Amino acid sequence: MDAQLLTYIFVGSSFALYIGIAISSRASSTNDFYIAGKGVHPIANGMATAADWMSAASFISMAGLIAFLGKDGSVYLMGWTGGYVLLALLLAPYLRKFGQYTVPDFIGTRYYSNLARLVAVLCLIFISFTYVAGQMRGVGIVFSRFLEVDINLGVIIGMCIVFFYAVLGGMKGITYTQVAQYCVLIFAYLVPAIFISILMTGNPIPQFGFGDTLVNTDTYLLDKLDKVTGELGFNAYTENTKTKIDIFCITAALMFGTAGLPHVIVRFFTVPKVSDARKSAGYALIFIAILYSTAPAVSAFARMNFIDSVQEVNYQEAPGWFKNWENIGLIAWKDKNGDGLIQYSAGNALNEVKPKFNNNKGSSGERATDNKPDMTNSNEVYIDRDIMVLANPEIAKLPPWVIALVAAGALAAALSTAAGLLLVISASVSHDLLKKTFMPSITDKQELFYARCSAAVAIFIAGLFGIYPPGFVAQVVAFAFGLAAATIFPALFMGIFYKRLNKEGAIAGMLAGLVVTSIYIINFKFINTNLNSSENWFFGISPEGFGFIGMIINFIVAFSVCYFFKKPPDSINQMVDNLRNP
Amino acid sequence: MNKDYWRSNLKIVSILLFIWFLVSFGFGIIWSDFLDQFQIGGFKLGFWFAKQGSIYFFVLLIFIYIYLMNKLDKKYEDKSGKDN
Repeated sequence: MDAQLLTYIFVGSSFALYIGIAISSRASSTNDFYIAGKGVHPIANGMATAADWMSAASFISMAGLIAFLGKDGSVYLMGWTGGYVLLALLLAPYLRKFGQYTVPDFIGTRYYSNLARLVAVLCLIFISFTYVAGQMRGVGIVFSRFLEVDINLGVIIGMCIVFFYAVLGGMKGITYTQVAQYCVLIFAYLVPAIFISILMTGNPIPQFGFGDTLVNTDTYLLDKLDKVTGELGFNAYTENTKTKIDIFCITAALMFGTAGLPHVIVRFFTVPKVSDARKSAGYALIFIAILYSTAPAVSAFARMNFIDSVQEVNYQEAPGWFKNWENIGLIAWKDKNGDGLIQYSAGNALNEVKPKFNNNKGSSGERATDNKPDMTNSNEVYIDRDIMVLANPEIAKLPPWVIALVAAGALAAALSTAAGLLLVISASVSHDLLKKTFMPSITDKQELFYARCSAAVAIFIAGLFGIYPPGFVAQVVAFAFGLAAATIFPALFMGIFYKRLNKEGAIAGMLAGLVVTSIYIINFKFINTNLNSSENWFFGISPEGFGFIGMIINFIVAFSVCYFFKKPPDSINQMVDNLRNP
Repeated sequence: MNKDYWRSNLKIVSILLFIWFLVSFGFGIIWSDFLDQFQIGGFKLGFWFAKQGSIYFFVLLIFIYIYLMNKLDKKYEDKSGKDN
């Protein structure tokens, strides 16, 4: 059977599985809808959290990003796992003990203020929609490349599936579909990694394989990679290129941002006991670490294989995947020296970086672009980093069923994260905005109805993002983490560990973090994009890492402001005492 | 609220977070280049901490935390049981 048919079968049966689970676990109350009736086993919750967390970005983009960043890629590996230690030790058990439905709920109650609640809702909605937009692009890429359907149709199919189990099942439906999605995605990630590891190093464990010697030689893979990348004019693969302070801040912003992401935190509200919240954070990190420790191996293999299979190859004899991805527009080749051979090295192949294809063909039959070649270097290949994981099995010439599996896995990763995000958006609208602020008199039934409506609206908006992708998705992801680190994490952390903090301090801190971080990121990413380089940055800290500074500002402002106003009321003191007692 | 319980909790959390900082920001970033002169298999040590080691330590830290907190919970549960 060919890869196309197999992909239809794999993707189709995984979708049927998700729908089946959704039907069998429908939500009947708001308690079910928001937090799955607090009846989720810690291991199941760990898997669901892992699927919730590992998005299209983790599955599709991350290994590709690391493949090109080399050692600098460690910011994502450490940043997106280290946050779980903070979550487990500083937040999860206490928030579970609090026992309510949403993150703004905690902030609103602890700081006895609906203004604090609204600031939290605002940040939450912004963070979550930013994230959803990225998932929908992932769904679009997979559908267009592997199922050869139109991207728009692909997004609509994805929306319908998510609509079905998120609106019907709420958190309960989402949790059990996420468990299934975790199994699909981790299997799909590991199988090609193990295959490729055996092919290249003879070692079946990719985590060890990429530190091993290449088959039939005494050369270590990483040494060879350092040598090859060096010869092609790139930085050596195992060395940093960013400054230490920047790496430090980006890692910190991603870690604290992770610990402040509402769709992750809310997962810990679904387990029966406080001790289960701790346990499920541990399981979640194990399940996440399986993928995250494999990713650097996948990226080293992919980088090596990519160079080996295209370097100095005649375009007409180039492998099939090269031309397939060229057809989608994610690879482009400009024959600068006119020799018909593909040369890949450091530097941009094209002026303006991204290819603008016209309908003509070049002299070797390649797709022609309107861009002028960038003649300051000899690189002829434009490659979108996002395709590395998806193309990897084809590059390594693995059997078609592995390719089909990767497509199903990528969809599982994108859909599970999208569903989790849509749920926190709908919960914060129906619970925090309507029930707790504007329409306190509605019944549980009505609230459930509004929760379903807002989930439906959120899915519709997410779909629009997928069909008309805003050009700024990549830029705003830094924003999402920066804001989570600068606003939500400090508010939660101080709410538990610092009793003296009153509403004035907390609100001032959140607003200061929000404003400073936003101005810095908007300035460099949207207004003065030409100034976005290290000599203009504050202490050499890039916009990606600035959330860490925003967080420090939040702490300083909150501590100073809170002493000018009176202490929080006794009832809040008792509430915090109660949180601290398991 | 039990003050001793909270104090032991803070002690556990601070020690574990110190290790968390050391293996990621310390070995993986600040002293990473220095550690790169040592080699385990094909990995330079600093590179390994940045891309693999720190993640394994994170998992380990959470499970140590779970173990210690369960022990602590038990200790104070027994105590309050006797008091009653």
